[in-house]
Amino acid sequence: MRGAKSAKWVAGAAVVALAATACSGGSGSGSGKSDKAAVNPNGTFSVEVGEPQKPLQPANTMESNGSIVVRSLFSGLVGYTQSGKLTMINAQSVTSKDNKTFTVKLKPGWKFHDGTPVTAQSYVKAWNWDAQPKNKMTNSFWFSDIQGYSDVAPDKGKPKADAMSGLKVVDDNTFTITLNKPMPYFAYKLGYEVFDPLPESFYKDPKAAGQHPIGNGPYKFVSWDHNKQIVVKKFDGYKGPNAAKNGGVIFKNYSKLETAYQDLKSGNLDVMRQVAPRDLPVYKQDLGKRAVDQSYSAIQTIAVAFYSKQWKHINPKVLQGLSMAIDRDTITKTVLQGTREPATGWVAKGIMGYQPNAAGDITTYNPTKAKQLIKEGGGVPGNKISIQYNADGGHKEWVEAVCSSITNATGVKCVGDSKPDFQTDLNIRDQHKVKSLYRSGWVLDYPFISDFIREVFGSKADGNQGGFSSKKIDDDIAKADSAKTLEDSEKQYQAIEKELVNYMPSIPLWYYKVNAGYSERVSGVAYNQSGDPILTGVQVKK
Amino acid sequence: MPEMTTTPAEKTTTTATGGPGQPEQKPEKVRGLWGDAWRDLRTNWIFIVSAVLIVLLLVMAAFPSLFTDADPAKANLAKHYLQHPNYGHIFSADWLGYDAQGRSVFARAIYGTRASLLVGAGTTLVVTVVGGLIGMIAGYFGGWVDAVLSRITDMFFGIPFLLGTMVMLNSFPNRSILTVIMALSFFGWTQTARVMRGAVITVKSQDYVHAAKALGAGTPRILFRHVLPNAVAPVIVVATISLGIYIGAEATLSFLGLGLNGVSWGNDISDGGNSIRIAKFIMLYPSIMLSITVLAFIMLGEAVRNALDPKQR
Amino acid sequence: MGRYVARRLLQMIPVFIGTTLLIFLMVYALPGDPVRGLFGDKGGSPAVINALRHQYGLDKPVLVQYWDYMRGMILHFDFGTQIGSDQPVTQVLGQAFPVTIRLGLLAFAIETVLGLVLGVAAGMRAGKATDTAILFLTLLLISVPIFVLGYIFQTVFAFQLGWMSPSVNDATNYGQLLMPAIVLASVSLAYVARLTRTSVAENLRADYMRTAIAKGLPRRRVIGVHLMRNSLIPVVTFLGTDLGALMGGAVVTEGIFNIHGVGGTIYQSIIRREGTTLVGLVTILVLVYLVASLIVDLLYAVLDPRIRYA
Repeated sequence: MRGAKSAKWVAGAAVVALAATACSGGSGSGSGKSDKAAVNPNGTFSVEVGEPQKPLQPANTMESNGSIVVRSLFSGLVGYTQSGKLTMINAQSVTSKDNKTFTVKLKPGWKFHDGTPVTAQSYVKAWNWDAQPKNKMTNSFWFSDIQGYSDVAPDKGKPKADAMSGLKVVDDNTFTITLNKPMPYFAYKLGYEVFDPLPESFYKDPKAAGQHPIGNGPYKFVSWDHNKQIVVKKFDGYKGPNAAKNGGVIFKNYSKLETAYQDLKSGNLDVMRQVAPRDLPVYKQDLGKRAVDQSYSAIQTIAVAFYSKQWKHINPKVLQGLSMAIDRDTITKTVLQGTREPATGWVAKGIMGYQPNAAGDITTYNPTKAKQLIKEGGGVPGNKISIQYNADGGHKEWVEAVCSSITNATGVKCVGDSKPDFQTDLNIRDQHKVKSLYRSGWVLDYPFISDFIREVFGSKADGNQGGFSSKKIDDDIAKADSAKTLEDSEKQYQAIEKELVNYMPSIPLWYYKVNAGYSERVSGVAYNQSGDPILTGVQVKK
Repeated sequence: MPEMTTTPAEKTTTTATGGPGQPEQKPEKVRGLWGDAWRDLRTNWIFIVSAVLIVLLLVMAAFPSLFTDADPAKANLAKHYLQHPNYGHIFSADWLGYDAQGRSVFARAIYGTRASLLVGAGTTLVVTVVGGLIGMIAGYFGGWVDAVLSRITDMFFGIPFLLGTMVMLNSFPNRSILTVIMALSFFGWTQTARVMRGAVITVKSQDYVHAAKALGAGTPRILFRHVLPNAVAPVIVVATISLGIYIGAEATLSFLGLGLNGVSWGNDISDGGNSIRIAKFIMLYPSIMLSITVLAFIMLGEAVRNALDPKQR
Repeated sequence: MGRYVARRLLQMIPVFIGTTLLIFLMVYALPGDPVRGLFGDKGGSPAVINALRHQYGLDKPVLVQYWDYMRGMILHFDFGTQIGSDQPVTQVLGQAFPVTIRLGLLAFAIETVLGLVLGVAAGMRAGKATDTAILFLTLLLISVPIFVLGYIFQTVFAFQLGWMSPSVNDATNYGQLLMPAIVLASVSLAYVARLTRTSVAENLRADYMRTAIAKGLPRRRVIGVHLMRNSLIPVVTFLGTDLGALMGGAVVTEGIFNIHGVGGTIYQSIIRREGTTLVGLVTILVLVYLVASLIVDLLYAVLDPRIRYA
C-alpha cells in the first residue's frame, strides 16, 4: 500500500544528545526545553516504530525500525552533537598520531545489563565476530577499513584468519585499531552501532541474543512482542553521559503512520518519528507547539546512469541545465508539503563540513538559463528523459512534479519510470540497466563531509551505482583522506564539493526534514541527525 | 476474495440455458430465448439506465476531448496547487478543482475513462475466450479431460485473486494496460471456465445435440454450431458483471501502487488520499466516476441475467 | 459417502501440489533477491551475501528448493525461515493467522446474518419497493471500491461521529474489529443478499411451496423449513468458498485499519521477496479453501435430499 511506511535505509549514526548540548542546541523546533510541569523520572512513554526487519543485533541492523531500538540498548565508543561534533560516550579518548593507528581508552567501571564488565575485549571480540562472513552480519563491510579484514572476509575463497590483525587489546580498558591506510575522520565512523560491544553471553546463542538483547546502553531490554511492541526500561547502572531521564520506552508497532497519528492525537501514543503525507497539511494546526519541523542529515538527488547510451558522453552543462529547470522552491512547498528544503549542494545539513551554496547557482530555478545551458551542452540525447523510482517509497508525487517542471521549463519530455517496489528498482540499478535517470539519495552514516562525497562519488564507492568516474575527483579524495588533521581534511573535501558542479555526478534536489510531533504527556523531545527522537532526553509529566 | 471477487453467478445461471433458440435466425420468427430477452430488456429501466451510461462512458473513452479541452497531464504547481473547485465553471478545467500536481481534476476524471474501460474490456475478452474454451472442452468431453482441466482450474482458483495478481504485477518491470490485463486474466479465467463447463454439460445431453451427432456432424461443428450458442448465455452474464469487477480490481491494484502508469482513476484516488484532510474533492470525483462505471456494468449484467432467465418472468 | 470423501481427498493432492508450485515459481520469477534487498541502497560484503544465500538455499535450482521446502513442511511441519527476521515462518504465521481468523470470522458472521436477512426480505417481496431498495444498496456495495468504502467509514464513523476508533490497536478487541469487519464483509454481504433473493423468489413459486401451503401447514413452518432449506443451497456454496477468500483478501482492509494479519504479511512478503513466508501462507489458505469446498459439497446432501454421494 502506498502511503504505508517503508523503512528508511538509514545507516543511522548513533547521535546522542548530551544533557547539556541538547538543551542549548535550540534546534529551532522549540523542543529540547523542558517545561515547568512536574516530571516523573520513572514515567514511561511510547514511540511509533515499525517491526524491526532483523533480529536486534547491533551489526545486523540497517533500517530505522531496528536501529532506534538497538541504539537505546547499546552504547558505542563515541557520539555526536547536533552540529556534527564528536563526543565520547563509552570511550575516555580516541587518539592517533598518524591517523592510521588509533588508541581507544575506555571509561572504567561500565557494565552490561547482565552485570558483566565492559572491557576492551568486549569490543575487539565483538568486531571480529561481526566481521566473519559465516556469522552473516549485514553491516560487516563496515570493518573493511581495519587491517586484516580481507583475510577474515575475502571477497572470494575461504577466510584465512578469524581475527583482524589491526585490532590489539592492550589492557582491560585499552585497545588499538590499525587501519589499511590513514583516515583522519575514522573516529567518526565509530559512532555507528556496528561498532557496539557485545557481552560474553551473546556468543553462546547469538540467535537468542537477537530476540532478547543484552547491551550496555541507557535502557535494558524487557520484552519483544512481535508486530505489537518492544518494551525497554531504564538501566540504573548506566554510567554514560546520556542516562535516561525517563523510566523506559515502549516501541509501539504501527503499519501505517496515519493510524499512529490518530493515536498521538487521542493520547494513545507519545512520540512520532514522521507524520504521514495525509496529515501533513493539518499537523501543525493540530499539535501547535508539539509539532516538530527541522532538517536532518539526508539528501535526495536525481542520479545519472552514466553507463547508459543517453548519458555516456554527456556534456555536464546539459545536467546543469536540467538542474536549473527544477523549481525546487515550489515543489517543496506544495507537493512535498514542506517536508523537504531545497538543496544547494551535495552535502546535507548537520554534517561537519556542510557549506551553504556549494553548488552555486545551478540549484536555482531559471528556465531561460536552463534552456541555454542544455543548448550549449548539445541538447539532451533523444530530447526525452525518464526518472526511475520505486512505487512503494512515496516518491511518485515528487518525481511527477520534477518531470512537469523540467518539461514546462525546457520542453524536454520527462516521464516517471515507476517500478513496483524497492527490490525491482534496486535490481535494475545493480545490473546497470537504468535507461536514463533514477531517484537516489543519501542518509548520513557518520556526520563528516567525506560520507557524502567519498562514499557516493568515489569511482569504487558502494554508494556509486550510476557509474560516475573521474580520475581528478578520485585523486582529490585520496589527498583529502591523507590530510594531517581533521580540519585539513574537511577543507579539502569542501573544495571537492565545489568542484562537483563541473562534473554533475548527480542533480541535488532537497534536504530531508523531520515532520513529527509528540503528545501532551511528554516534554524535552528533540530529534537527531538521522531524524530520530532522542529517547533518553524525553521527560514524562506526572 | 471479497475485495474484488468475481460474482457467484454460476449457480443461478446454469439453469437458465437449454432453450432451442438459434441466435443467428431472426428473433421475430422464432421468438427464442434471445428474442424474449430483447423484448424484456427494452422495457426494463435498469437496462435502459445502464445502457445509456455505458454508451456515454464509451464516447468519453473514445473522444475525451469532446467533454473537456483541458489537458490531463498539464501541471502547473505554482498556479493551481490544490485549487478548490469552481462549481460555476461547468465543463471548464477548473470546474472540479486541481490536484496536488496542479492538474485539472475534471480533465483527469474524463481521460481516466479510457484506461479503466480498456482494462475491463480487455480482461473480460481474454477471460471469456480462454475460460470459455477451457470450460467448453472440459464440459463437452468429460472423462479424464474434464478431470485434468477441472483440477487445473481448482489450482488457479485456490490462490486468492488479489494475492496472485499482486505477485504477477510485481514481476513485470514495466507496467502497461497489457500487463494489467494479463495479470487479471491469469487468475480471472477460472470463474468463466466453471460457468461454461456447467452450461455445456446441461446442453450436451439435449436432443438436438444427439440429433446432430446422429446426422454425422463433426465435433467442431457440434461444438460451435449447436453447443456454444445454447450455452453462452450464462457466460455473457458473468462477462458483463465481471467487466465492472475488473475495473474495480485495476483501481485496487493502483491503490496498492501496482496499477497503471499514467492517467487512471485508481492512481488518482490513491494520490488523492494524501490530500484527503484538506482537499477531499481530489479523491471524490475519480471515486464517483469509478463507482458509476462499475455500477453501470453490474446493472447491465443484472438486467441481462433476468432477461435470459425464464424463471424470473 | 465414505468413498466419496476419500475420492475428494485424493483429488486435493494434485491441486495442492499445483497451487503451491505455481506460487513458488511466481515468487521465484520476481526480479530482485531477498538477501540483496536486506542491504539497501549501499550494498554489502559479497562474502556475507553469498553465505546468506547459501543458508536459505537460494543458490539451488528452483525445483530443488521447492522439493526441499515441501519435504520439510510435510515431514517436519517446517515452513522454512523468514529471511529478513531469521524467525521460523511457522512463528510468523502463528502471529498473523489468529488476528485474521478473528477478523474473518466476524466478517463472515456479519455477511451471513445481514446478507440472509436482506436477501430473504427482498425475495419475499420481489418486485416491491423493499426489493428495489435492497437491490440498490447491494449494487452500491459491490460498485464502491473497498478502499473508498474504508475511507468513508473511517471519516464518518470515527472522525465525524466518534463512534468507533479509526484503527485497531488491540486485535483481540471485537469492538475495534467491528468496523473493519463490516468493510471487509461488504462485498460478500451484497452477493449473499443477491443470491438469497434470487433463490427465495424462485422457490416461492415452486410447486412444493404451493403444496405445502395447500396442505395447510403454518406459514412459519413453510418459510422456515421448506423455503429456507431449498433456498440456502447456492448461498452455502458461496459462503463456503468465501471464508478462505476473506482471510486471503484482507490486504486493503488490514492496511487501512492497521491490522497486523495475513493481509499485511502478504504485502510485506511480496515487497521483500520472502518466498518462504508467502508460500507458507498460500499453503494454509489453499488448505482452508479445499476443506471448505469439501464441507460445502457434503452440506448439499444435508440440504437437498435428492443429492446422494456414493
